[in-house]
Amino acid sequence: MSLKDKILEFFSLKSKVQIGGSEKAVEKQKAMGKMTARDRINALLDSGSFHEYDLFVEHKGKDFGMEKKQLPADGVVTGTGTIWGRPVSIYAQDFTVAGGSLGLAHARKITKIMDHAIKMGMPLIGINDSGGARIQEGVNSLAGYGEIFYRNTLASGVIPQISVILGPCAGGAVYSPALTDFVFVVDNISKMFITGPEVIKTVLNEDISMEDLGGAKVQTEVTGNAHFYAKSELECFKQIIKLITYIPWNNKKKADTFDSKPPNQKFDIENIIPTDSRMPYDVRDIIRAFCDDSDFFEIQEKWAANIVIGFARVEGKTIGIVANQPLALAGVLDVDSSDKAARFIRFCDSFNIPLVTLVDLPGYLPGVDQEHAGVIRHGAKVLYAYSEATVPKITIIMRKAYGGGYIAMCSRHLGADFVFAWPTAEIAVMGPEGAANIIFRKEITTAEDPDAVRQEKVAEYTAKFANPYVAAANGHVDAVIEPGETRKTLIHSLHVSENKNEKHIDRKHGIAPC
Amino acid sequence: MEEKNELNKILIDDTLYETNLTSSYINRKKYIPKNPKKVFSVIPGLILDVFVKEGQSVKDGDKLLVLEAMKMKNSITSPLNGKIKTVNVSQGESVPKGFLLIELE
Repeated sequence: MSLKDKILEFFSLKSKVQIGGSEKAVEKQKAMGKMTARDRINALLDSGSFHEYDLFVEHKGKDFGMEKKQLPADGVVTGTGTIWGRPVSIYAQDFTVAGGSLGLAHARKITKIMDHAIKMGMPLIGINDSGGARIQEGVNSLAGYGEIFYRNTLASGVIPQISVILGPCAGGAVYSPALTDFVFVVDNISKMFITGPEVIKTVLNEDISMEDLGGAKVQTEVTGNAHFYAKSELECFKQIIKLITYIPWNNKKKADTFDSKPPNQKFDIENIIPTDSRMPYDVRDIIRAFCDDSDFFEIQEKWAANIVIGFARVEGKTIGIVANQPLALAGVLDVDSSDKAARFIRFCDSFNIPLVTLVDLPGYLPGVDQEHAGVIRHGAKVLYAYSEATVPKITIIMRKAYGGGYIAMCSRHLGADFVFAWPTAEIAVMGPEGAANIIFRKEITTAEDPDAVRQEKVAEYTAKFANPYVAAANGHVDAVIEPGETRKTLIHSLHVSENKNEKHIDRKHGIAPC
Repeated sequence: MEEKNELNKILIDDTLYETNLTSSYINRKKYIPKNPKKVFSVIPGLILDVFVKEGQSVKDGDKLLVLEAMKMKNSITSPLNGKIKTVNVSQGESVPKGFLLIELE
């Protein structure tokens, strides 16, 4: 055989495998609005940057007729490539090959590329589109899942891990995305659940569609399992590409710096924030008023809307923002918002992203449902995450900072490096009404005109405590600043924090509340 | 989250705040105090056996019925000493979750 013939033979072998599943299966995939595994990778990565490995891997199944079946690439495409020139490892399950089912060879391709990502210190992107375990392979298929989860856990906080759910991801398989940092879902395409509608119907006699049980909307609005929702796969890829620009390659690096851009003039803090602390505003407009280009990249927008988290840049450098949202539930902390904030804080801390906390909350959400859902242990996660974080921590108290909420939102006492307050700040144990009703209960109830006395006492308490100056007098606040000076102040405090070096006592790991 | 127009109010520490309510807050489960005299099914299933009749006296821990669910035969016992007021199920009947099986007095 001549060299040319050898090369031609290689081409023919390669193209046979690269087609993936049968023509019918590919057609079916496209009819569902889904791209094929290779198309997805090429759409997401820089054009021409994808390098595929393990194309010729074959499974070793020998039961139930598997020995006669050849599965192209064993149903998963793996490799490396770049996004904006930055290296990434990627795998995409191929639903057109045996329903993307996971056998041991399929899993070992995934774990191999995961090991690469960990060793080379680059982000890992996993595109999930699989019917689940390859049942013919029995326990070997379970072994495969376990080996993936193990690596997801070891890679956690070492390299950024992104899961993209572009098809079913059910049963044990959903635990891989759950162990990763960011989960992307697409309307009508993503389905995530532990037990499906059929099992639920059989066991509990409850009827529910796949979409209502674990579709994209449910995962981004109800469960909080997913972080980003898109209407199409292409929109989803745009979100991933944007996310990649905000985060570093690994935990030893910092995110890339971009050109500094001033915020849009139309966001003026003094026009956004009402002085009456009972009135709401959209805290995202405050963020837009001080961040570069007024560009705020929000995470988990629709879930636990009473807290806002996301990335932005100040002078071209990434910051992670945690902000109470007075527009939703008055910005209270509760079970879900605590979980949402705590996980984000830990991500930022792992990946050297400074934390900027914007405070305006009346406290915790009262309710039997909250107490019984464990708001104590959930709320504790925020305290734990902030206390543990050693990245620069800058806190801006905008208006209300009452009670436990004041402490939890990255107060000086939890290790904040800089705490600034606007003149509108009210730092106190509780709001004036509540405080007056307790301190002056006797005077109010025994008064001839209780309402008049109550109002008088509320005014007295407001004048004394509903301001930033008591906290400033005790050094709990470093400086009271004009709202309009926020960007300038942030730029300076981030600049002087750049070489922050804080170490905790050496330990195996803490025992975080969960 | 709904956009403005009509804002709702929420009371925290005697202060009323104007804000939007989230769907999880609106759909939260209202707390209903427990009534030990009412025995509900905690899971949907099939009534395999009923051991008591209306008017019968029972002691705390006495077997009331067997509810088969998820391949398990669950013995449902009396939560207190008392008398059976009503029995709302019979052998062979399927019940949903939260169904009032037996009421005591």
